[in-house]
Amino acid sequence: MAVDQLEMKLRPPAAEMASYPSKLITLASGEKMVVRECTHKDVGALLGTVYPLLAVSKDYYDIVAARMYSEILGWFRYRVANEFVIVGAINGEIAGIVTSRHVKEGEGMSLHTLTIKRGLRVGAQLFAAKMEHHIEYLKENEVHIVAESPIGFKRWMIEYELEDRSAQYPGLRHELGGVPTFTLTRKLWDAIKAVKCTGTRPVPAELLKTAEKLTMPNEYVQLPGWKREG
Amino acid sequence: MAPRIGIAGIGHCRFGNSSDYDLVDVIAYSANDALYDAGGLALRKQVDQVFVGNMAGGMFNHVTSAASALVSRMDMEPCPAELIENGPASGASAIKMGYMAIAAGMADVVLVAAGEVMRSVSGWEATNIVATMSHTEAEYNMGLTLPGFAGMFTRLYMEKYGMTERDLALVAVKDHANGALNKYAHVQLPVTIEAIADGPEANIVNNYIAEPLRMYSTCPITDGSAAVILVNMDSPKAKLFTKKPIMRIAGIGSATDTHCVHNRKDPLVLDAVRLSSQMAYKMAGIGPKDISFAELHDAFVIFELLNSEECGFFERGKSFIGVRNHETDIGGRIPINPSGGLKAKGHPVGATGVSQVVELVRQLRGEAEEGRQVKDPKYGMAVNFGGFGNNVITTIVAKD
Repeated sequence: MAVDQLEMKLRPPAAEMASYPSKLITLASGEKMVVRECTHKDVGALLGTVYPLLAVSKDYYDIVAARMYSEILGWFRYRVANEFVIVGAINGEIAGIVTSRHVKEGEGMSLHTLTIKRGLRVGAQLFAAKMEHHIEYLKENEVHIVAESPIGFKRWMIEYELEDRSAQYPGLRHELGGVPTFTLTRKLWDAIKAVKCTGTRPVPAELLKTAEKLTMPNEYVQLPGWKREG
Repeated sequence: MAPRIGIAGIGHCRFGNSSDYDLVDVIAYSANDALYDAGGLALRKQVDQVFVGNMAGGMFNHVTSAASALVSRMDMEPCPAELIENGPASGASAIKMGYMAIAAGMADVVLVAAGEVMRSVSGWEATNIVATMSHTEAEYNMGLTLPGFAGMFTRLYMEKYGMTERDLALVAVKDHANGALNKYAHVQLPVTIEAIADGPEANIVNNYIAEPLRMYSTCPITDGSAAVILVNMDSPKAKLFTKKPIMRIAGIGSATDTHCVHNRKDPLVLDAVRLSSQMAYKMAGIGPKDISFAELHDAFVIFELLNSEECGFFERGKSFIGVRNHETDIGGRIPINPSGGLKAKGHPVGATGVSQVVELVRQLRGEAEEGRQVKDPKYGMAVNFGGFGNNVITTIVAKD
């Protein structure tokens, strides 16, 4: 069997997925964050951005970074079905990343949200963008979500008033293990999107261009004193 | 006649998240910093009394008797040491106790150190712990939190005086501009009025916390500490403190109001702020027009506005007009919260009163960072709230 045929057998089936239209959010600092869906050409900058955070235990950055690293790699090397990656970039520099997966018609699986630039609700905006993609563009009716940090639990489970589906375990369980599964339904989304999801479309061409080539942050507030070499 | 009492040393840590550290270590950091500022660690042996300000170490950190722990941690035994708890005014109360100890002739040198580590618990729990200072049956048990209270308070002010949510945002923009330049501030981030009030995404970027209060109308939950060394300027020991000019405490006033806010004739009138500031003015022999700048307790930006009216800087119901006209900016008629205030610098509850006075001294010495240094200040004023305006301490510091 030829290698490429074997490789095709290793790859998961791919569903037709709508793309996520880019949008622009003005953060409290006045900085313009372009939110767009990633393509495989972004993978180097994405992995390079995530990697240093493997060393940060505070606020569970290590576990989120480790899992997101593998999710991005799995997406790039065709080992995860129907995954998508959305990034927030300020002047091209990555401010936050979200990963997620379309499971089947009407159902999605939220993976991770990683905030690089803190204090400006970047993570909250990107999580909302991820949910927007699931429900508005992929036309799903339910998205399963877990939290791996107290911050995530407050931001998603409480603020979105997600349905607690943990009693349905093991019949319904999130792919990230046995942690309690919560669900955003279309009904919940319709009730809350006006106060959670924002962004201006279309993004002006000159701003969209700034986010074409993503760059890695040279410093992280999560890693005081750390600087990217080279 | 009381001796002249001044501040010979100041200490402060970078406010933010210190939840990995022990509360007593956090307080000791600023206490040591103040001793260095005054001339060196050896001066700790000259300290006659220690007062520690802390509101809720027992609940936030499972640590009590922080004053006893501090003197031991700093090798200062057998120096007398007491813990002062007066809600979010614990810091200013500790300074007041230090002043009284010197004025009473019981001490010539007092170390006042204050700190709080709030981020050791979740934001909800921190809000819950702070809410325990409200009236148990009438307020706390009804589910009232401080943000909830401040939201209703703000709505009342808006309806009575015509202030808008945009006016609240203007206060935040000013405070964050100052805080961005303050090396000690928790949030060193300028924000724009377009982003938090005027722009298409402002409603979500600056989301509601307790309508009409939004995220940028409220202080963050902050850890940190601050310290001052008080000296009897007329005592022989004062000659040991020559490293920095001593800034004189010109006036201290304090007053209380009803514990239950609903018992006040007009909830928008903060009697304790007005009375404590009048006491401080009287003791200093000056009036509002003599104040060069003020640090006002703005756990919620509405308090900055209300306090500035009660202190006599603006007519009642007119302070937000002054903000619109940039009268409270660094270069304005009466700069308010040049440190960034509780809004941007942060509000580690028990430490705030001392932190405010540290800022007064930095400004009066001319040591504030470029861009937020008030020009040629003579008198600085700090208002520290305990409770919902029901226990207030005002301190005036002078550069003679």
